[in-house]
Amino acid sequence: MAAIFRPSANLAAKVVLLGMAALLAGGTGWWLVWPRTDWSRRVGWVIDQPVPFSHEHHVAGLGIDCRFCHTSVEVSSNAGMPPTYTCMTCHSQIWTNAELLAPVRESLAQGRPIAWNVVNDIPQYVYFNHSIHIAKGVGCASCHGSVDRMALTYKASSFTMQFCLNCHRDPGPNLRPKEAIYDTEWHRTADTPSPAALMQQYGVPNRDLTDCSICHR
Amino acid sequence: MQPVVDPQETAGSMTDRVCAIALRERAFLWWWLLMIPSAALSGLLVAAVFWLFYAGVGIWGIDWPVMWGLAILNYVWWIGIASGGTFISAMFFLVRVEWRTSINRIAESMTLFAAACAGIYPILHLGRPWFFYWLFPYPNTMTLWPQFRSPLFWDFCAIFAYVLSSILFWYLGAMPDMASMRDRATRRGQQIFYGVLAMGFRGTAREWRDFRAAYAVLAAIMAPMVCSVHSIVGLDFAGAQTTGWHSTEFPPFFVFGAVLSGFGMVLFLILPLRRLLRLESFITARHMEVLARLLLTSSLCLAYAYIMDAFNAFYTGDVSERIFFHDRISGVYAGVYWWTLFLNIVVPQLLWWRRLRLNQPLVWLVGLAVIVGMWLERYGIVVVSLHRTKLPSAWGNYAASFWDWATLAGTVGLFFTGMLLVVRLVPILSMFEMRELLANARRQG
Repeated sequence: MAAIFRPSANLAAKVVLLGMAALLAGGTGWWLVWPRTDWSRRVGWVIDQPVPFSHEHHVAGLGIDCRFCHTSVEVSSNAGMPPTYTCMTCHSQIWTNAELLAPVRESLAQGRPIAWNVVNDIPQYVYFNHSIHIAKGVGCASCHGSVDRMALTYKASSFTMQFCLNCHRDPGPNLRPKEAIYDTEWHRTADTPSPAALMQQYGVPNRDLTDCSICHR
Repeated sequence: MQPVVDPQETAGSMTDRVCAIALRERAFLWWWLLMIPSAALSGLLVAAVFWLFYAGVGIWGIDWPVMWGLAILNYVWWIGIASGGTFISAMFFLVRVEWRTSINRIAESMTLFAAACAGIYPILHLGRPWFFYWLFPYPNTMTLWPQFRSPLFWDFCAIFAYVLSSILFWYLGAMPDMASMRDRATRRGQQIFYGVLAMGFRGTAREWRDFRAAYAVLAAIMAPMVCSVHSIVGLDFAGAQTTGWHSTEFPPFFVFGAVLSGFGMVLFLILPLRRLLRLESFITARHMEVLARLLLTSSLCLAYAYIMDAFNAFYTGDVSERIFFHDRISGVYAGVYWWTLFLNIVVPQLLWWRRLRLNQPLVWLVGLAVIVGMWLERYGIVVVSLHRTKLPSAWGNYAASFWDWATLAGTVGLFFTGMLLVVRLVPILSMFEMRELLANARRQG
């Protein structure tokens, strides 16, 4: 009986088997590594905006407080985006004819808010609340990074559940004194109260911060 | 005792017969007549699943308080049917009974497709099925692990392991036969098809030695796995505080039911197949006799479980259990309970008589009866328990929607499509084991 397969078929069979094993191993590796990359989470990606607003210029250069624009951060789940009137506090007087600011003037004229694109997004089933984090001593920069150095705004953290839990499991080291909350360049020094003292001071419960219902309802 | 196979048959005549079925140039007319509706139902399954993924589980009849509807009961039903095939194939391989050889390929194929039908239901049942892989314990960016103390997690592991080992067991057991087919095939396409599936098996002494060791190890893994898989399915229910579920009796109760439906399905399949494929001299009265007795035995085991189930309702002294039991035997769904008892317990009692055990249409109908009966039993467990829970304020009724039924019909179609493909493409008897059986019979006879 004539042979059905040529000798090279042996090689093909081995290549297929090894290929399947490699595919399985590679796929598993991809599955584990990919979600952890900054690329998949778009960390550090600048998002296009209608106006190229520079936090670097406004925060570091001019020294404007975060709350001047994000007014509701202390009292609401949402930090709040400024209405065009806030921009016009200054820009009705300076740079009044700047090409860059045309969308701002247009927004005011038409009474239609500027449609900023979301930079830091979390899923709808996560009920994040800005005010409680501010009230309990978490600084803006702990999640949003050094916004004062962002010429164009980008996401500074992965915002994975792991990122949230890293702090919820041990909040102490991420707490700061009240006066440092809006300080984008603050760092813990020898004079800073200990994490335990800050936990005590803010009354952070060290008990149920990882309950599902803390973030998911 | 009648012989297992017709003494006229030889290894050569058996191999000719079995190979000829799969190597036929054209399929039988009856094959097409069965394949067309089966494939159409599989198409319905695809449509139902697409619609489900698009619209969500709201298209099903589930709602508070009955959140486990047809999806879960179909899952339990199919996995039970699958268990019967493994039970025959692995358990009776280990104890070396000779009648197992003629039907193990059919039984294993049945397991394979029943397990496939079962496996898709828990995923469909998830609200967000595309996250099914969250059931895996893998290091993830949520830094969350599944609840290792939950039977639902054990269930996932058990089913996953069971489906994988069933595929391996089936394929490894078919490998020497694929080699026979490769050597007998005359057309180039068939030679390559069976040649690839045989993975270079040539039948050298060393290959046989390794093959037998591997097959025996797999059988030794599979046999206890049948019991553990279905025990864990039972624990899915027993782990909950729901009335009618919270009982230590559930694991063995589920295993009894599983093997009963498995034997029912094997009988339901082999009786027509032996005629359609002219295998009367290999699947004989002896097989019917043995399987009918096994069916009767498992039915009696199940009767014991039903009695204990009723007894427990009163023995616990829990008022809610008593109210529930009263509702089960006389409430809206009372018909489900009484039909379950009739089909699973009363009907199989016919098999006490040898004359009836050898009556093919009757045994076929008994097989069908327990398949239907076991489906009703799971309806009683899943739906009836949930509709009368401990809180009267949470009582409610359940009715399956069109898409529930379409999915059930679709998996039935998928099952028969798979079985028919096996009949068409794979040697339907385990030829290499049959050759041993025939050689032994010749030596003794």
